[in-house]
Amino acid sequence: MNLYVLLKMVPDTVEELEVAADGKSLDSEFLRFKLSEPDDHALEQALILKEKMGGKVTVVAFDAPEVDDVLFTALAKGADRAVKIPLNQASLGTVASAKVLTEFFAAAGALTSDSLLLPGSQAIDDLEGELAPLLAAALKLPYIGVVCGVTGDAGKVTVLKEFAGGLRGEFEVTLPAVLGIQSAEKPPRYVPVAKVRAVMKSAQIEEAALASPEQPIQLDIERMYKPEAAGRAQMIEGSTEEVADQLVEVLAKNSVI
Amino acid sequence: MANPILVLAEQLRGEISDITFEMLGVGRALASAVGAPLYAVLLGSEAAPLAAKLGKADKVFVADNPQLNLAPAATVTAVLKTVIDQSQAGLVLVGCTNVSLGIGSTLAAQTGLPLVNFCRAARADGSAIQLTSQLFGGKILSDVKLPDGRGIACLYPGAFPADDGKSDQAPPVEKLDLPVEAPKVTFKQYIEPETGDVDITKQNILVGVGRGIQSQDNVQLAEDLAQVLGGAVCASRPVIDQGWQPLSRQVGKSGMTVKPRVYFALGISGAPEHWEGMQNSLCIIAVNTDPKAPIFDGAHIGVVGDVLELLPVLTDKVKARKG
Ligand SMILES: Cc1cc2nc3c(=O)[nH]c(=O)nc-3n(C[C@H](O)[C@H](O)[C@H](O)COP(=O)(O)OP(=O)(O)OC[C@H]3O[C@@H](n4cnc5c(N)ncnc54)[C@H](O)[C@@H]3O)c2cc1C
Ligand SMILES: Nc1ncnc2c1ncn2[C@@H]1O[C@H](COP(=O)(O)O)[C@@H](O)[C@H]1O
Repeated sequence: MNLYVLLKMVPDTVEELEVAADGKSLDSEFLRFKLSEPDDHALEQALILKEKMGGKVTVVAFDAPEVDDVLFTALAKGADRAVKIPLNQASLGTVASAKVLTEFFAAAGALTSDSLLLPGSQAIDDLEGELAPLLAAALKLPYIGVVCGVTGDAGKVTVLKEFAGGLRGEFEVTLPAVLGIQSAEKPPRYVPVAKVRAVMKSAQIEEAALASPEQPIQLDIERMYKPEAAGRAQMIEGSTEEVADQLVEVLAKNSVI
Repeated sequence: MANPILVLAEQLRGEISDITFEMLGVGRALASAVGAPLYAVLLGSEAAPLAAKLGKADKVFVADNPQLNLAPAATVTAVLKTVIDQSQAGLVLVGCTNVSLGIGSTLAAQTGLPLVNFCRAARADGSAIQLTSQLFGGKILSDVKLPDGRGIACLYPGAFPADDGKSDQAPPVEKLDLPVEAPKVTFKQYIEPETGDVDITKQNILVGVGRGIQSQDNVQLAEDLAQVLGGAVCASRPVIDQGWQPLSRQVGKSGMTVKPRVYFALGISGAPEHWEGMQNSLCIIAVNTDPKAPIFDGAHIGVVGDVLELLPVLTDKVKARKG
């Protein structure tokens, strides 16, 4: 199988997010980036498929802070090729990113009859829509999202898609195809830092030069802001002991003890 | 008259989903504000009898065709495009749900219409539509304008009152008889939810743990509290994805919807996909080291602190109180 995993860096929401002076974007100075979580699962799913079916895993990312570490980590985990597109990811919306990636995959030889494109199902910042269906529509490939398991077969795959309440559906998808991965069938593997360091010394990240799209963001964003602390919880303060005492009172008041 | 507003009604296993009524409610309000008709489109087998429930719409386009059950996004958008062309619809509302994920974006790709994801609020501003989108797990809001009111808005479930979209009257129905191409994504079967040892939807007390619990071993601290309280442990997605808890304990968009008397959100940030599943709990107690965690905006009781420190102390105190 010819497996492509698309890796996107997103702001780590554990950190405080600040709005930039233009009032329409995040202030990049304070941002710490991490790999979008579903993408880690997409990589894991690709590696599992490769182990079972044979083939090659290529990871593709745009330029972003810390992205080289993420690409080398993917190689250390077992990816065969890492490609970086030297365009600043943060300045491109999803529609523009999809255009660039469409060009990447439309290039001769990229897509074969046993290709599977594995973007994450959805990122926390995709205001303009999800890349997976945009890419599938542009490349005229079948697509399904919220995928939580993939098994390979000749010329097709069987995938599990999540609905709600723990209900899942089984679907059959003809290759080549785009699957938006929500979670892999197993937790993403861990790779020791020493191995990543070794890969950094021996492996190369390829660069794919592609033109920047004319319109970086499609939407007319009026403003970005932090939600008002409306209806905030009644806060309990004090030492751990005091907090626990008050919580016991809350539980008693709610008649559960 | 302004261009019609079109709602993509959602059904799963022959039942209209709540999000459909939420969209009809907000769609009706927008339609009145801009002076436009409100249409809905419903697809799949049994669509015709189900359409009777969509009385908030001025007209429902129905494609009663079993091939459209859980059809791939491209098949659904082929029908939608026909309806948009035929009705001259300007704004299209789609659910931000697992069932509909990808349909809005596919339609955007095929029509070039702008799409606004994760919408929690929508209002008319003259002939423009202004949407508020919730990003970064609930930490940031963004106001986006569709200047001429044309576009696709994906609406978060639970953000709009479903009752506003319900009606006892049956709407006029227009049948669509469209050829459906053989899809390259075919539905095979449902995989029923695993029945775990406990049904978390039936518990009075749930001790919910999130990534903040940090390790599988620490989950035991939550088990201890749940045990003295006579409740059960449930979890956010990252905890399930790590394999620290079985799938049957997941709360949220893809997991269970719960409504216990008391819900502890321990080390859970309060992302909309988790919130969706537990927002109706009668008393939500959130414990988080981050004072700005979105969970505090919806919880009833909040504690800024370390769950790992608090849990053993709280468990002991509950034990003592119960005697
Ligand atoms: C299609 C789709 C479906 C999804 N379905 C679901 C679903 O069903 N259920 C679900 O939960 N999510 C779901 N998600 C994921 C959701 O978007 C969030 O990623 C997830 O809910 C975050 O889980 P969390 O709060 O545990 O982790 P995080 O967001 O990482 O938050 C961890 C929190 O723990 C706090 N913390 C850290 N250490 C401590 C400590 N020692 N003490 C106290 N607090 C601490 C941090 O401050 C932080 O707020 C879905 C996403 C998508 C796209
Ligand atoms: N700029 C980008 N670079 C690489 N991958 C991307 C980019 N944007 C989106 N993706 C992929 O598309 C998935 C969904 O992202 P989004 O479209 O933002 O919801 C991500 O998880 C990535 O796999």
